Amino acid sequence: MPEIRNYTLNFGPQHPAAHGVLRLILEMDGEVIERADPHVGLLHRGTEKLAESKPYNQSIGYMDRLDYVSMMCNEHGYVMAIENLLGVEVPERAQYIRVMFDEITRILNHLMWIGAHGLDVGAMSMFLYAFREREDLMDCYEAVSGARLHATYYRPGGVARDLPDTMPQYESSRFRSKNNASKLNEARQGSLLDFLEDFTNRFPGCVDEYETLLTDNRIWKQRLVGIGVVSPERALQLGFTGPMLRGSGIEWDLRKKQPYEVYDRMKFDIPVGVEGDSYDRYLVRMEEMRQSNEIIKQCIAWLRVNPGPVLTEDHKVAPPRRAEMKGDMESLIHHFKLFTEGFCLPEGESYAAIEHPKGEFGCYLISDGANKPYRLKVRAAGFYHLAALNEMVNGHMLSDVVAVIGTQDVVFGEIDR
Amino acid sequence: MADTIKSASIAGVLKVDTDLDELSLEVEAAKLVEVATELRDNPLLSFEQLSDVCGIDYLTYGQDEWETGGSGYSRGVSGASVGRMSFGDETKAFESDKPRFAVAYQLLSLKHNVRVRLKVYAQDNEFPVVPSVTSVWSSAEWAEREAFDLFGIHFDGHDDLRRLLTDYGFVGHPFRKDFPLVGNVEMRYDPKRKRVIYEPVTIEPRVLVPRVIRKTSRRVSSEQPENQDSTADGSVSEEQQDA
Repeated sequence: MPEIRNYTLNFGPQHPAAHGVLRLILEMDGEVIERADPHVGLLHRGTEKLAESKPYNQSIGYMDRLDYVSMMCNEHGYVMAIENLLGVEVPERAQYIRVMFDEITRILNHLMWIGAHGLDVGAMSMFLYAFREREDLMDCYEAVSGARLHATYYRPGGVARDLPDTMPQYESSRFRSKNNASKLNEARQGSLLDFLEDFTNRFPGCVDEYETLLTDNRIWKQRLVGIGVVSPERALQLGFTGPMLRGSGIEWDLRKKQPYEVYDRMKFDIPVGVEGDSYDRYLVRMEEMRQSNEIIKQCIAWLRVNPGPVLTEDHKVAPPRRAEMKGDMESLIHHFKLFTEGFCLPEGESYAAIEHPKGEFGCYLISDGANKPYRLKVRAAGFYHLAALNEMVNGHMLSDVVAVIGTQDVVFGEIDR
Repeated sequence: MADTIKSASIAGVLKVDTDLDELSLEVEAAKLVEVATELRDNPLLSFEQLSDVCGIDYLTYGQDEWETGGSGYSRGVSGASVGRMSFGDETKAFESDKPRFAVAYQLLSLKHNVRVRLKVYAQDNEFPVVPSVTSVWSSAEWAEREAFDLFGIHFDGHDDLRRLLTDYGFVGHPFRKDFPLVGNVEMRYDPKRKRVIYEPVTIEPRVLVPRVIRKTSRRVSSEQPENQDSTADGSVSEEQQDA
């Protein structure tokens, strides 16, 4: 009889299904996982420590780079923690804009997830479909902030600027004919809100397309149903949040339970899974995209008829307008102080949590009264999800590891921080 | 909820605080596990989830680099915060009657929809130890590993306390306030030796904005909101810069 023994397999960090830089040490019995030990930290940049050496408003850009597929939500958690400590009011219009962009970000994140998850499991075309719609949403990012990914759009006390009246246009080039460009520009003739409205009308049809490809697909179901089952009790114990927790059947969504900004005025439902397997989490996220679409629609309707300020008038926290600065000494001083020294937060501690696309994103801010945080701790949802990987893949086959990584929707920017 | 916790009178809770409407408990390190278990299992409290564990190093708490008080203010930046230190620099010795290291736990009760923060001070500054709560919440496993890695806080009872985020073979605990922002070593590929080697850092610390503490608290701004930073005309009102 041949000698049978466990062997160790190194997975990643350069592996297409590792979603970045995950290194797994797998102890295997044949093709069955006995133990999975994730080695993380390959993308550790010390964001929290860097934030300690910069004034508060200069770290907003770092937050984008945490979970780099849901940029604005990260900023949101950070500025909310600052606002808690400052006690600064956010204008209503800015709150609506934030909610709208949070939901745009949620769709962006889930599209990236469905694309990558599909690719991992073998549904190649999903990636192309998902990026088709991501393109439109990133154009919205570009229109509002000038950057397609790392927007740095949220500010303590509001958002950087109001929604623009024009959209960026495609230009014809060697690779794109005039006809093609003008066709792509058709929906981009009006304002950002016009473009988004057009998108929200199209998008449910797109989700239907994804679902036609996947939901009843035999291979998709064989790869996901019954894989990585987590019971509701364990999900709570392991610190699961967001779709991972809802997939296990616990109805918990910070947007509903601890509403921030204007979520209490929004009509939407929380999808909840039953079995707690990868397939349920897939269904939950798909439905979340539809719900986000509805929230965006409600925000557009409100924003169209309610103009107003989008940034607080408190110039200790937000810069005065450029034109005022040219003629008014006080404004010039405010501007100078804000961009050289920043603003000081009163001594205290605050934990601000938002419903990030991946789960609960929290910022725990400790201030000793200085213009820089004394300590900033980012609570990343993916960190706790990945910590549970060992438990989720135990007893599964090697190929299921990839499906579980996919269903966890991990992004190393936020796990390693 | 603050009243519920007070009336439950759990042994080991030293202080209940509701600053900023956030419930915060200071817990005695030795009784942490008992308090945690009570918080989880008491049906009136039922904090089922541990959201986050955060290590804190109070070494430079309240220290600034730029004197703004008194008559006028200094022109130069004095004092070295963590961002301005470089390799091998000494930091000020820690002088405070409170312990240097603390751990903050964010708890969440889904049943009552309440959050609470526990804060535990590690008594020994040289070898900070805090009991592990992995037996109460599984999510503490990685979170405590992270705090151990970044702050060197040991969690008594954690059965897999390895480094998590830093490199294999890393020396030191990078989030401590006496660990320079630029780090201690840098890494490059040495073509002669045909392997990656570590060397002392060559980059200079480069922090542009000095750390300033102004006692013009915004949350009490209703009392006197005007003239908080009219520093451009120096002498007028560098107000309340005492202490």
